[in-house]
Amino acid sequence: MSDKVLQVNDLRIRFRNGKETSQPIRGVNFHVKKGETLGIVGESGCGKSVTSLSVMGLLPIKTSEIVSGEILFNNRDISRLKEKEYRKLRGNEISMIFQEPMTSLNPVFTIGEQLSEPLRQHKKMSKSEIRNNIIAVLKQVGLPRAEQIIDEYPHQLSGGMRQRVMISLALLCHPKLMIADEPTTALDVTIQAQILELLKEIKVKNEMSLMLITHDLSVVAEMCDRVVVMYAGEVVEEAEVNELFDRPLHPYTQGLMKSLPSNNERKSKLFSIDGQVPKPSEIGEGCVFANRCPFAFEKCFAETPPAFNRGKHISKCWLQDPAVKEVMQNEERSIVNS
Amino acid sequence: MLDFVIKRLIQVGVVVLLALTVVFFLIRLSGDPTALFLPPDAPREQIEEYREKLGFNRPIYVQYGDFMVNAVQGDFGQSLRSREDALPLVLDRLPATFQLAISALVLSLLISIPLGVLSAFRRNSIFDRIAVAFTVLGQAVPSFWLGLLLIYFFAAQLNMLPSGGAGSITHLLLPMVTLAAYSVARFTRFTRSTMLDVLRKDYIRTAKASGVPTIRLIGRYALKNSLIPIITLVALDLGTLLGGAVITEVVFAWPGIGRLLMQSLMNRDFPIVLAGVFIIALIYAVINFIADVLYAYVNPQIRVK
Repeated sequence: MSDKVLQVNDLRIRFRNGKETSQPIRGVNFHVKKGETLGIVGESGCGKSVTSLSVMGLLPIKTSEIVSGEILFNNRDISRLKEKEYRKLRGNEISMIFQEPMTSLNPVFTIGEQLSEPLRQHKKMSKSEIRNNIIAVLKQVGLPRAEQIIDEYPHQLSGGMRQRVMISLALLCHPKLMIADEPTTALDVTIQAQILELLKEIKVKNEMSLMLITHDLSVVAEMCDRVVVMYAGEVVEEAEVNELFDRPLHPYTQGLMKSLPSNNERKSKLFSIDGQVPKPSEIGEGCVFANRCPFAFEKCFAETPPAFNRGKHISKCWLQDPAVKEVMQNEERSIVNS
Repeated sequence: MLDFVIKRLIQVGVVVLLALTVVFFLIRLSGDPTALFLPPDAPREQIEEYREKLGFNRPIYVQYGDFMVNAVQGDFGQSLRSREDALPLVLDRLPATFQLAISALVLSLLISIPLGVLSAFRRNSIFDRIAVAFTVLGQAVPSFWLGLLLIYFFAAQLNMLPSGGAGSITHLLLPMVTLAAYSVARFTRFTRSTMLDVLRKDYIRTAKASGVPTIRLIGRYALKNSLIPIITLVALDLGTLLGGAVITEVVFAWPGIGRLLMQSLMNRDFPIVLAGVFIIALIYAVINFIADVLYAYVNPQIRVK
């Protein structure tokens, strides 16, 4: 099992807001292998970002709590680490790129001042070593005139350049795992392609694993080796990227794929999945997707489906239950026979 | 940057001239001061004669023009009462006012910034609640009352500190505390709210994700951002403090500009009032000018534009 950099087992997170509590993450399982890019897909509010923040230990201490489960980083459970211990990991062995490059850099400090922070905290380096290191990394992420940019302020850079700066910030200490939370959502399409290309390149060069969080299936197809599909705080499907696109098993994933606008056809109306994601407070027994699922039957509303494995392809849907399959086949046969 | 400085300096001049103009006309509304300087039973001719001597018989626009021409050259005339030059009289009081204002400001900053930061960092804790309650109290208590209370306890009852006058550190303490109380309350509230704002920003999360320890996160990364709005507030308050904390100076018989102005207004000693207004307006405008320059220093986004 040592080829897994990150392993999240049955993670449950609870939020408290005054007297109200909610569980945005309920029993999430996934892992990231060495050198692999894992995509986490799902619509807004499905718990992608909460999951990634929990891996970074960045959930708000007062209002959130990891109820159960473990987060194994290099086979060490980090979910209950003390803040001081966690700090040694952050920006060092695990680093993170955020969605909004425009607001993720501090406006009143130079790029160099901000980038020196991880090295200052984690490596014993002199000032000039730090500076040289930063310039080297800025060059590595493809920023021109790195020697000048290091002394400039964030507002002097464009969005794409700022995201490159963010990537170099995450890269400085050669992390084993980089989490990218919607790294290209705020950028326009041409810059998006450049940033994705860059991420791919540095991942290989630095021999690290990448956890890519996105709602964009085309980004997943382009970047990822394996995909985890999340819905309403649960992992509903997990598969190798080609397998997932060829044979999506969960009705939610199928819906997502159908919602993609295709290049070849011009439809007057785009497909969308009916209904809305249930609020965490509304979720009870049964499959979380049942209320929107076109194939839902009685069992879906009554019992929560377990994860059914088909090789490495996992999905949480009663349709994948061998017993259910048999019944359905019999029904079909009887319809044909009659 | 030079453009910016020159433009703002011109504004300083305009502000001061406008302030003088407004006060010049407003003060005339209080009537002719001539009679005040003569015995009540002075004959009419004597009053007329005196009025002519002081120039109050001329049309008001002529008086205004005359005043402005002289004022621009630094001549505000002589005190109607003591016949001394008005401007030096006011300038004489400046050191005392400065001493009081600066010490009150330093005291309030020393207390309020750490208090506000801590309060924001530990928001909704007992500490935060007590701090917020005190700031509300501090803003609500009028300074004349606080001043009198302090005099009552520390001077009258405990006999620890002098009740008024100037000259030593012990004289400074009570008026300084009185004056600082309001600023402490204002600055603390403001620091707390800007700090809360900043702590929610994405870049704070970024810094956290880089492994920055909490103390450094707050003391360096969050503080500098929240200082920007605080500078403006401090500049405004310092202007007010230096402009003579009139009430505090009167309560503690502090020999500053505020008390002088108060007395001159009572006496309708126009030249002194106008010289005082000139100095106060100038200080106010210059401090705001300095705040703008400081602002540009702290916030690079302004610097470049």
